[in-house]
Amino acid sequence: MTTMTIAKAINEGLRETLSSNPKSLLMGEDIGPLGGVYRVTDGLIGEFGPDRVVDTPLAESGIIGTAIGLALRGYRPVCEIQFDGFVFPGFNQITTQLAKMHARSNGNLTVPVVIRIPYGGGIGSVEHHSESPEALFAHTAGLRIITPSNAHDAYWMVQQAVECQDPVIIFEPKRRYWLKGEVDTAAPGRAGDPFKAHVLREGTDATVVAYGPLVPVALAAANAAEEDGRSVEVIDLRSISPLDFDTVTASVQKTGRLVVAHEAPTFGGIGGEIAARISERAFHSLEAPVIRVGGFHMPYPVAKVEEDYLPDIDRILEALDRALSY
Amino acid sequence: MGTHLPATEFDGTAVDDQREADAEAVMGEPPAQMVQLLGPDGKLGFDPVFSEYAEKVTPEILRGLYADMAAIRRFDVEATALQRQGQLALWVPLTGQEAAQIGSGRASRPQDYIFPTYREHGVAYTRNVDLAELLRQFRGVSNGGWNPKDTNFHLYTLVLAAQTLHAVGYAMGIQRDQKLAAAQGSSGEAAVIAYFGDGASSEGDVHESMVFASSYNAPVVFFCQNNHWAISVPTNVQTRVPLSNRAKGYGFPGIRVDGNDVIAVHAVTEWALEHARQGKGPVLIEAFTYRVGAHTTADDPTKYRQSAEEDAWRAKDPLARVEKYLRNEGLADDAFFAKVKADGDELAAYVRRTTHDLETLDIRSAFANTYAEAHPLVAEELAWFEEYTAGFEGGDQPAESSGQPAAKAGH
Repeated sequence: MTTMTIAKAINEGLRETLSSNPKSLLMGEDIGPLGGVYRVTDGLIGEFGPDRVVDTPLAESGIIGTAIGLALRGYRPVCEIQFDGFVFPGFNQITTQLAKMHARSNGNLTVPVVIRIPYGGGIGSVEHHSESPEALFAHTAGLRIITPSNAHDAYWMVQQAVECQDPVIIFEPKRRYWLKGEVDTAAPGRAGDPFKAHVLREGTDATVVAYGPLVPVALAAANAAEEDGRSVEVIDLRSISPLDFDTVTASVQKTGRLVVAHEAPTFGGIGGEIAARISERAFHSLEAPVIRVGGFHMPYPVAKVEEDYLPDIDRILEALDRALSY
Repeated sequence: MGTHLPATEFDGTAVDDQREADAEAVMGEPPAQMVQLLGPDGKLGFDPVFSEYAEKVTPEILRGLYADMAAIRRFDVEATALQRQGQLALWVPLTGQEAAQIGSGRASRPQDYIFPTYREHGVAYTRNVDLAELLRQFRGVSNGGWNPKDTNFHLYTLVLAAQTLHAVGYAMGIQRDQKLAAAQGSSGEAAVIAYFGDGASSEGDVHESMVFASSYNAPVVFFCQNNHWAISVPTNVQTRVPLSNRAKGYGFPGIRVDGNDVIAVHAVTEWALEHARQGKGPVLIEAFTYRVGAHTTADDPTKYRQSAEEDAWRAKDPLARVEKYLRNEGLADDAFFAKVKADGDELAAYVRRTTHDLETLDIRSAFANTYAEAHPLVAEELAWFEEYTAGFEGGDQPAESSGQPAAKAGH
């Protein structure tokens, strides 16, 4: 066991991938000598050279499009998109090409491209640096979407993504890059399947589902609720597509109440999909409507007011109160 | 068919010429020098660079190029007829562009990889793609239809220009493979061709692909068929300068070639592929040609261009000039042309016969091919679909008027 930040864990995971898989390579803006704007690729160009750690021209469609070509030639490209809001110039390549190439070819071609996107708010930054666009990608069949919330998961999930035959988008919780945690680099343990949700805290009165940057918030809310004598179960979704409905269903069948929290706007978001599926799967177990906690239906607001936008402990506790009032 | 616009309304070619003259006057942009070896009169000319490559086109090879062009034109007629008869949902005719496609396709080698757009039936033919399989997409039984690994001819791309980036990425992969091969003492020479059109040249992906190709000196040939019309919009809306001149801005050679001259197209493409394979970087070829027919079988060119323009281009027909040359030089006789025609008819008959039998994929294959690895949601929806269809007595297809409620909520 080693203690490291999430950023360092991804760095170590990428180092391990580059060492063990000669076909893997990293691509992105400023990922070479600078090590990326978040230093996630720090030091890798020195070890593996510019053919394996590729500083690209400043063009996101170009990054994804050439990564598709490299994958068709048998390579395993890992693309870094600098910030969430910058993925949109590459949106066409991701949704019309990357997601559909395997189906278009009737299974003859695979395009195992990995796209890393730092996402979410809470860092006091400018426009397009704090968004959570995961639902836009989850809606597109052919993509897999995962989001680690701790260093151990981050270390293993980035390597698992590269091994996967399908395209994988990793949404990295940027405001948690400096969050430290224990990493077992020898074995993934229960992190062996990147597409399974984890129950992080057992409880009996209500379930809170969260992912990425809101997982620590959900855990803190559950601890606060415990002081009021309420036993709250917390699930870290880890994967958004596929989504581990079995784990969520089992929890709701036990607790009868469900709160889903994410930074992205609630309208058309992942929380709505979870609410719909759980009401189909566990209708008779539900004691209350599924309650969503998320961003408002507005562009991500300016930094000085983002604390009013972002779901926090109190917002989750308020949702729990509502769920428990039925 | 409607009537063509009056001649005074719009003359695309004249505007093209005027735009290029403007560009020269305003920006010092030179008009493109077009490489032409075999003119519409059937006489062979000379080019200081490319005649050397044209000499490799022996009479036997030239007869082959003619036969290929005739075959694909015959195929085009057959596919159009199949669409008119309801056997295909849509057809994208290539007539007029045979020399651009056959000439460039035949210049490629088996180890080269080709990224087409969606009109490259002639290139597909040179890569030994089964033309009946190619029709799968247009019959609505597949979004692909052939396995690119068999022919190094990629699937058609319908979101314009996206494939130009795939081509550059693929070429970057070849570069890395070459380094590996060099370490093992072999050469591993190969290059990539990215096809696109004058319309797609305006897409941002073409710009990005040329920036990436230039930055990494990738072994890729950009082959732009300027067929003068992006559905109804003429080339002068896409560009103020000859498209081939754009290469200069990226720092690699750009060549305009007579796209209706199969000898010149073959020579220029061979030169460009050699250039790329030798590690000298990308090349842009602009094949100056014309889409004689409609954009697709759903299009009506009489609404946006005049017949005089079409007639002018028919006079530059890519097949007629080769026939003139072959006959004048005594390199082919009536028997040869009769054989070419008979072979074309045989190909057409094969395509017609096979199209009727093209197997419709089961929707289960769509479930199976959405992801390469197991996916629980896909599995769940497939299981629901199986249960649902099994619920209909005496068959696996739901009747539209059955009035049965869906077996489960949410589907």
